[in-house]
This record gives sequence, C-alpha cells and structure tokens, in this order.
Amino acid sequence: MKISVNGLHKAFESRIRLGIMSALAVNETLDFNALKEYLDATDGNLASHLKALEKEEFIAVEKSFVGRKPNTKYFMTKEGKTAFLEHLRILENLVKSHK
Amino acid sequence: MKQQQDYIRDISEIRSMMEKSTKFLSLSGWAGIMAGVYALIGAYIAYKVLYFNPDEIIYSSASERHYTGGIVKLVLLALSVLVLAVGTAVFFSSRRAAKRNEKFWNATSRRLLVNMGVPLVIGGILILILISKGYVGLVAPLTLIFYGLSLFIASRYTFEDVKILGLIQVVLGLISSYYIGYGLLFWALGFGVAHIAYGIYIHFKYER
Repeated sequence: MKISVNGLHKAFESRIRLGIMSALAVNETLDFNALKEYLDATDGNLASHLKALEKEEFIAVEKSFVGRKPNTKYFMTKEGKTAFLEHLRILENLVKSHK
Repeated sequence: MKQQQDYIRDISEIRSMMEKSTKFLSLSGWAGIMAGVYALIGAYIAYKVLYFNPDEIIYSSASERHYTGGIVKLVLLALSVLVLAVGTAVFFSSRRAAKRNEKFWNATSRRLLVNMGVPLVIGGILILILISKGYVGLVAPLTLIFYGLSLFIASRYTFEDVKILGLIQVVLGLISSYYIGYGLLFWALGFGVAHIAYGIYIHFKYER
C-alpha cells in the first residue's frame, strides 16, 4: 500500500477520488452518469480516477445492459470500505491533534 | 505535506458528498408556500364556482346529474393546481440548487421523484376509477392519504421534516374519510394550510 508520511493513503489525495469514495460509501451502487453529476467532472477525468480506484481494488464494476444500452455500476469493495473508514479516522485525528 | 485546513476541507467535502448523493436538499420553502396558496384558491373555486361539496360517498342519481359536467371541470381544476404547484416547485428548487452549486436534475432528485411517484400514480389511478364509479366523496380523503404516504417515503431522500408533513396529510385524510361531508375543508387544510405552514418552517430553518 502506498501510504504517505502522515498515514493517509495516496489513493485519496485527489478531490475526485475522495468524492467517488464518499458517494459510494453511502450508496449501494452508482452509475457513471450519477457520479459525473455529483462530482462535476469530465468523462475522461472521472474515468481515469475510477480506473485508479479499481486498480487499487477499492471499488469494483458491475456491467449490465438496460435494453441495448450498456450500464456500468460502481460499488465499494470491502477493502475500499476499510481503507476509506481508516482514512476518515486519520483525518479526524489529524484535525483533533492540532486543536 | 498537507496543511491543517486541508484536512478540515477534506472532511467537509466528504460530508457534503455523502449528503448530496443521498438527499435532495434544495427543496425550497417557497415551493411549499406557493403550492398551499394554489390549493386554497383551487378549493375556493371548487366550492364557490363549481359548487362542489360532496356530503356522501356515492351520489344519488339526482345529484349525479347535477355534477356530471362539474366533475370534468373539477378534474381539470385539480390538474391545473397540480401543474402550477409542480412547476413552481421546480422553479424555486432549481434556483436554490444553482445557489448551492448543485445540479437540480441529478441521481438524487431522480430517486426522490421515482419514489414519490409510485404511491402517487397508484393513488391517482384508484381515484380515477372511483370517480368513474361515482364514489366522488372519497376523492378528498384518498388524495390526502396517498399524497401523505408519498411524502412519508420521500423523507428518506430529502429533509427529514417532510415525514411529519406526510403524517399530517395521512391523518387528515383518515379523519375526512369518516366525515365525508367535510372533505373539501380537510383537503384545503392539508394541501393548503399544512403546505404553507411547512413552507414557512423550511424557509426559516434552512434558507436563512
């Protein structure tokens, strides 16, 4: 795992990736367009961040067809959930320790 | 290295993303106030102009003859109130969404509408069937009950407070199904007064 000095996972350094994880933490699944609307990101940008999280095995894809249109749904894996909660815990501690 | 304020910003961004991906919080209090005003005007027109005030569940043949033309006008009146109310809600809510840097039409608002729509469509079809059979007296209680149920479900996808408004509508609907003669009055209370009160409450709680 890639961890930076303060204990925070590198995968969550980008605003978009953190946003994807936050949205997937509270939704069972979300499709590409829903994520795009929430994050206000371009197709290419969002796709590359999704790929990165997928490679990290923090999220997984479920491909299906709605009629003839392909529908890609993303969801958080167990590892993803653990890593995200750990990230939140560290963030909170970092903020607390400074007060 | 990240700074202290970066961590705080990260946390607040996580929180806001969790919120906006589960709850549609751009509902405007003004939408509720205006919907209530339209409903009161509609109820007044129904009572004073169309002389609609059913006092029994089923109409006797005499009163049925009296109302056949009236029922069509009444349904049209109800539909115009609905279209006006929905239109105003969309207008105020999209303005509020823009102010909050959110999209009005996103996965959250779609989920809200789909979940509200199911009980509303079922209730609407049932009510139209009952009207066609002459059970006009049940229209007011059933619109209140189904609308209340729809709000109750909707509260999962928007402000929690909507749940209370939904319960109020359901209770008014149940009472008015017992006192059929006061249907229009209860309808005006639920769709008019309750909406206005709720709209003012939301406006002061979230928009100021």
